[in-house]
Amino acid sequence: MVKKLKLIDSKGLRMDGRKPDELRPIKIEAGVLKRADGSAYLEWGKNKVMAGVYGPRECHPRHMQNPAKAIVRCRYNMVSFSVDDRKRPGPDRRSTEISKVAGEAFSSVVFGEQFPRTSIDVFIEILQADAGTRCAGITAASVALADAGIPMRDLVAACAFGKVQGKMVLDLDKEEDNYGEADVPLAIIPRTEEIVLLQMDGSLTTKELQQGLKTGIDACKQIYQIQKEALKRRYAVILEEEETTEGDA
Amino acid sequence: MLEMTEAVHELTRSHILRLAAAGKRGDGRGLEDQRPVSIQKGFVETAEGSARAKLGNTDILVGVKMEIGQPYPDSPDRGVLITNVELTPVASPDFESGPPRPAAIELARVVDRGIRETETVDMEKLCIESGEKVWLLFIDIHVLDYHGNLFDASNYAALAALTNTLVPISSKLGDGKDIPLGVLHYPVSVTVSKIGDILFVDPSLEEDRIADARLTVTTDEDGHVRAMQKGLEGSFTLDEVIRIISLSQKTGKKVRKTILEA
Repeated sequence: MVKKLKLIDSKGLRMDGRKPDELRPIKIEAGVLKRADGSAYLEWGKNKVMAGVYGPRECHPRHMQNPAKAIVRCRYNMVSFSVDDRKRPGPDRRSTEISKVAGEAFSSVVFGEQFPRTSIDVFIEILQADAGTRCAGITAASVALADAGIPMRDLVAACAFGKVQGKMVLDLDKEEDNYGEADVPLAIIPRTEEIVLLQMDGSLTTKELQQGLKTGIDACKQIYQIQKEALKRRYAVILEEEETTEGDA
Repeated sequence: MLEMTEAVHELTRSHILRLAAAGKRGDGRGLEDQRPVSIQKGFVETAEGSARAKLGNTDILVGVKMEIGQPYPDSPDRGVLITNVELTPVASPDFESGPPRPAAIELARVVDRGIRETETVDMEKLCIESGEKVWLLFIDIHVLDYHGNLFDASNYAALAALTNTLVPISSKLGDGKDIPLGVLHYPVSVTVSKIGDILFVDPSLEEDRIADARLTVTTDEDGHVRAMQKGLEGSFTLDEVIRIISLSQKTGKKVRKTILEA
């Protein structure tokens, strides 16, 4: 049974009604876990992500300690029931690679020099997956890092773009990812537009890539606003709590 | 460093015991009070069934997945139940990545036993072709935030997820409609920890850390005891075990209602 999915209709709209350069709806809530030093829960289209940060804390194993600065480690994990066919629990090659490049992206913004010999551990749990999980994970984890009070140059915002049935589109969903011609996850430091994560598979012309990167960077800046709003809401809540407690005293 | 930890441990212990002598606990509960339970069913669409359970601040997500596989040779007409726990490092600074450690395995087995021994799910209904093809029922327990008493929170989330499960007939067998898995019984566990000679229903994180002994009692809707697990190095008297069973029945009744109504 081969059915040809029509991913982009005659009006140029995508299956879920989005325009080519339109993001799926994104919701972020900071400070959702009590045990972690910082945390964030994110819904991005059908993706559901929980991110938690611990640290700076004593770095184990010791041989990984850096006498000059904190090391930033990331663990990206898809839970077994986050995908249609149950995924065997534990790390595989894909998640190990994503953990590595995501950790490196965070290292580029964290002021690790302030905490030599420690580790800052970032945990990304993909609870429900619908393409773009690494970008969703990085976006959530960056809010969790800020929520943990880790000093950073800026947040990191991430978004993917790609090519679907000949058209450049932003933020591919699962069908588009499966049947599309290219997928390019991108993460930037929004304030400076420095690119801190970039991967690609598929086929694109230089011109398409340039256009995609431009749209991708703009999208990351939109996401940056959502991240900042989430953090502001979080601290507004804390302020209110403090005011109430003071009022009681 | 070790001495420091021990000192803190002793201080917490004497503080908890001092409060308990007056019938109080660190978080304001009475000794027999459970923390609030909240259940959110259907949290994850990619799972055949799912639920998120909160017991106080302990936060657990359970997803049920179903696949087609082979039955065990000694039970050719029954589906296979597999319960797995992930103590992911996001949930606690004490959890580390890597293969499941004994604590995670014990937890998975205790939850599994409660569900299995109560015949919560009709496993014979999960036979597709005798000796050849049966449904594998995976209960994956994912701890998001650990604040004490994973045993009960995991049991509640798992049971709630099962009540919410649809057998994926259309996608896995090719034809036919998905049907609810259905739950025949409602096993509910209640865990009681002992510190000194005082019993604490639904131990908090602090109480979990310093507990001498722990007893998990799973009862069904008729109040019958269906599974038990004693843990840690301390011991219980017979009278204490009898009292814990009655506490489990009493508290379990309320929780069962919460799970049913969620």
